[in-house]
Amino acid sequence: MTNLNDLTIKDALSGLKNKEFTAVELNEAHIRAMEAHRDLNCYITETPDLAISQAKQADERYAKGEALSLDGIPLGIKDMFCTKGIQTTAASHILEGFVPTYESTVTQGLLDAGATYLGKTNLDEFAMGCSNESSFYGPVINPWKSKSDPSKKLVPGGSSGGSAAAVAARLCMGATGTDTGGSIRQPAAFTGTVGMRATYGRCSRWGIVAFSSSLDQAGMFARTVEDTALLMNEICGHDLKDSTSSPAKVPDFTQFCGQSVKGLKIGIPSEYRIDGVPEEINAEWEKGIEWLKSEGAEIVDISLPHTKYALAAYYIINPAEASSNLARYDGVRYGLRVDEGGNLNDMYEKTRAAGFGEEVRRRIMVGTYALSAGYYDAYYLKAQKVRRLIYNDFQEAFKKCDTILTPATPSAAFGIGEQVNDPIQMYLNDVFTVTVNLAGLPGVSVPTGLNSDGLPLGLQLIGKSFDEATLFRTASAMEKCAAFDSTALKEVAA
Amino acid sequence: MSISPQEAKRIAKLARIGISDAEADKIGPELSNILGWIEQLSEVNTDNVEPLANVANIDLKKRKDEVTDGNIQQDVLANAPESLEGYYVVPKVVE
Repeated sequence: MTNLNDLTIKDALSGLKNKEFTAVELNEAHIRAMEAHRDLNCYITETPDLAISQAKQADERYAKGEALSLDGIPLGIKDMFCTKGIQTTAASHILEGFVPTYESTVTQGLLDAGATYLGKTNLDEFAMGCSNESSFYGPVINPWKSKSDPSKKLVPGGSSGGSAAAVAARLCMGATGTDTGGSIRQPAAFTGTVGMRATYGRCSRWGIVAFSSSLDQAGMFARTVEDTALLMNEICGHDLKDSTSSPAKVPDFTQFCGQSVKGLKIGIPSEYRIDGVPEEINAEWEKGIEWLKSEGAEIVDISLPHTKYALAAYYIINPAEASSNLARYDGVRYGLRVDEGGNLNDMYEKTRAAGFGEEVRRRIMVGTYALSAGYYDAYYLKAQKVRRLIYNDFQEAFKKCDTILTPATPSAAFGIGEQVNDPIQMYLNDVFTVTVNLAGLPGVSVPTGLNSDGLPLGLQLIGKSFDEATLFRTASAMEKCAAFDSTALKEVAA
Repeated sequence: MSISPQEAKRIAKLARIGISDAEADKIGPELSNILGWIEQLSEVNTDNVEPLANVANIDLKKRKDEVTDGNIQQDVLANAPESLEGYYVVPKVVE
């Protein structure tokens, strides 16, 4: 019998339509895998009963020939999305026990398409991190193991580490993510999955726990480019509840998968060749260039001169916005309250000291400082000006090319605990991804190969604003050439 | 840029996060380190550059000024740590 956990979403949909198996069977298989692999710590909250009841409804629709576009497909939902009636924590102690009375627009789109919820996936606290180690609920373990030290536990990347690891380990067929500085693309690269972040404004931010509002965007993880397109179809689109949501038309992204890249101009930015990055990363990038060339694309040298300053600008803008957004956690309206009999200010200070973890406190304080009287111009305004220059760099570059190819990460997955004591070292993980967020562009990470230690590496494609279509076209060409081998993980889900 | 423990305490106070003296001793150097790294931005010439706050190139939409939801008091209070007669309860503010 087919291993239901190993199917693509596309194949699962056709199997369901052809009555080869039921949605309940498909969901049961994934619930079993989820429960058997709690050691990976991918889920904060499991919702197996909900998945089964949703699957039963899907089966009824299949029986009537009225199936929806993702009917019965079991997904993981990053615990950054508010889900009606299901605890939503952002992996923070301060939101423990918070049960939203509403559903985020993105997840509502998936529900309307008939998808089922296996549970809420683990993440870095408030999505602040690159390794999933800052979660109040503990780190997620990457299902991949290195050849040289199979006993060593590796990070799945972050912040959407639980979603990425769950998709890789076949504990769900796809999962939602949010990407503020690389939080979808970096964990996708670390886990050998496809991860796409949409253009800023493409997906509604309504009902997503607000972190850094000018940088946050939703996106999806899956194991193939076409599956990612199927999922993205359901979460993109205009929403009156988000004032930055775009009315731009959303095409059916699946039609671009498999389209030829002949004649497409692929930009290669010289500034992404960074000192100290291991040679295997540059070698992987070279492979990507050769593949696209062999498919008929034209390679164009481009320059993004302010790349070097992107992380520093990001680490002012992001903490500044976070300090403002996270002011809402005051122990009054939801979540944790620590009240030891003092006045209102004592209650605020105690609640926030107990509720926020180390990295969250650090960012709130950096942001508070950068926005405080006397420092605003030197830090915040300066960072916003540098952001403009980075944005302009891309505008110029896209006059010469259709999409940009870069490495996704400066290394393969690293060990748990290896970088946790050095915030700046940790921040550098996003060196290739963060420019996309500052410029508001769409980006996708595609798994392309394994390094000499047997760990996945990914390449990133950056698109023009609202041109996810070209990303899907190019990503699927690269996927075909790379023929990424994830058999190492097939036995994980049994 | 150097952040003293006293300065760290002042920032924490502004952010309404209670920190102990021992934590301030640790956080001060951490913040100094991060802000020192960010200093590299001063190398960039930003004369006459317009700051970019948000990339969304769309005008904020307006709608008719009318009530579109409401009457959800229970939903609003559903997650409150403490509520009473339709209000949030907080520690006494005025003696």
